[in-house]
Amino acid sequence: MKADPIELLTSLGHAVTSRLDRLGLAARFSVAVFRVLGAVFLRFGLIIRELYFSGVRSLSIVIVSGLFVGMVLAVQGYEVLQRYGSTEALGVIVALSLVRELGPVVTALLFAGRASSAVTAEIGLMRATDQLAAMDMMAVDPLARVIAPRFLAAIFSVPLLAALFSAAGVCGAWIIGVKLIGIDDGAFWSQMQASVDVRIDIINGVLKSIVFGIAVGLISVFEGYFAVPTAEGVSTATTRTVVTSSLAVLLLDLVLTVMMFRGLN
Amino acid sequence: MNRSKFDLAVGAFVALGIFALLFLALKVGNLAGFDTGTAYVIEARFDNIGGLKVRAPVKSAGVVVGRVESISLDGETYEAVARLRISSAFRFSKDTIATILTSGLLGEQYIGLESGGIPEYLAQGDRVMKTQSAMVLEKLISQFLFNKAAETPGQTK
Repeated sequence: MKADPIELLTSLGHAVTSRLDRLGLAARFSVAVFRVLGAVFLRFGLIIRELYFSGVRSLSIVIVSGLFVGMVLAVQGYEVLQRYGSTEALGVIVALSLVRELGPVVTALLFAGRASSAVTAEIGLMRATDQLAAMDMMAVDPLARVIAPRFLAAIFSVPLLAALFSAAGVCGAWIIGVKLIGIDDGAFWSQMQASVDVRIDIINGVLKSIVFGIAVGLISVFEGYFAVPTAEGVSTATTRTVVTSSLAVLLLDLVLTVMMFRGLN
Repeated sequence: MNRSKFDLAVGAFVALGIFALLFLALKVGNLAGFDTGTAYVIEARFDNIGGLKVRAPVKSAGVVVGRVESISLDGETYEAVARLRISSAFRFSKDTIATILTSGLLGEQYIGLESGGIPEYLAQGDRVMKTQSAMVLEKLISQFLFNKAAETPGQTK
């Protein structure tokens, strides 16, 4: 079949305008969510419930992943460091890579897969079964009642989970490095403490994870809220949440890393 | 699951998260070294700073007393100007000597301060008068080779 150039151009134009349209929708939706955010604190029980489902239920996967990531970093790091006879620097390498990068990023990715997908599916199903419309009819704002608590729960959960991930990773590296390989315990911790800066490394890592929490939370509620109200639409929305969140986290990580660590050396 | 069980689980989660943050701040990082106290800035000029970096430690007798705040080049004298942020808890006399040292054989470079005996102290904006530049390995080697070549074979040192 011979492609008609006019048709090609039209489909390109349609692709661009529909994406721009969705971006605009997302922007207006974000503004609307942020506007009702303050009112949610009056009904704190709602946030507690979402914190339980998003945060507490993600604890096990985050801590276990952190432990394994820290262990793998220790094994790989030791392998390289022993060539230069500076195995005591293992703690520094593991702690810096966890606190600066892996903690916030991997936690946000895990959170997108474990909690955000569930949030999208839940809201999408509410949309498909007209629960959101019913709330509207009862003069209950679904943004304030359903969307905002889930969004806030993501903002609170991700930084806490990221801190747990990093802490578990450091403990994992300690188990491998000090207990199994036999690096000196004192050198492991003291070199780590000398090199990890509270403001530059730890606080920047926490800031990163807060930004990731905002991004992942917004994407999950947006995709759920505007899901096509069919079984297929909900499944597509769930997939899109995970894909978009992962890409957004990695892109934001690049931007934030450049902003935070560029001027250091 | 009723309301209070949610509260308990979330409370434990938040406590655990804050504990992890504290663990990172105190055990992994070094909050004690996170200097929030008052400080003053002094200036030291060096012919050559070698590999000194901004935020490198300033030590006196091996104890960290401050950090290098900024490094720049004086366009007229071609000297490197290092501005040192020193904790107000420490005072250094006006004839203090600032030296660029290296921790270990391959370690990072830092500034060592050796206080003199004058009972007048450096204050905000003052300049350290006596400085000693970094050892540059190439210069040391060429000096060594030059001295070696100058020796005649039979001569004893």
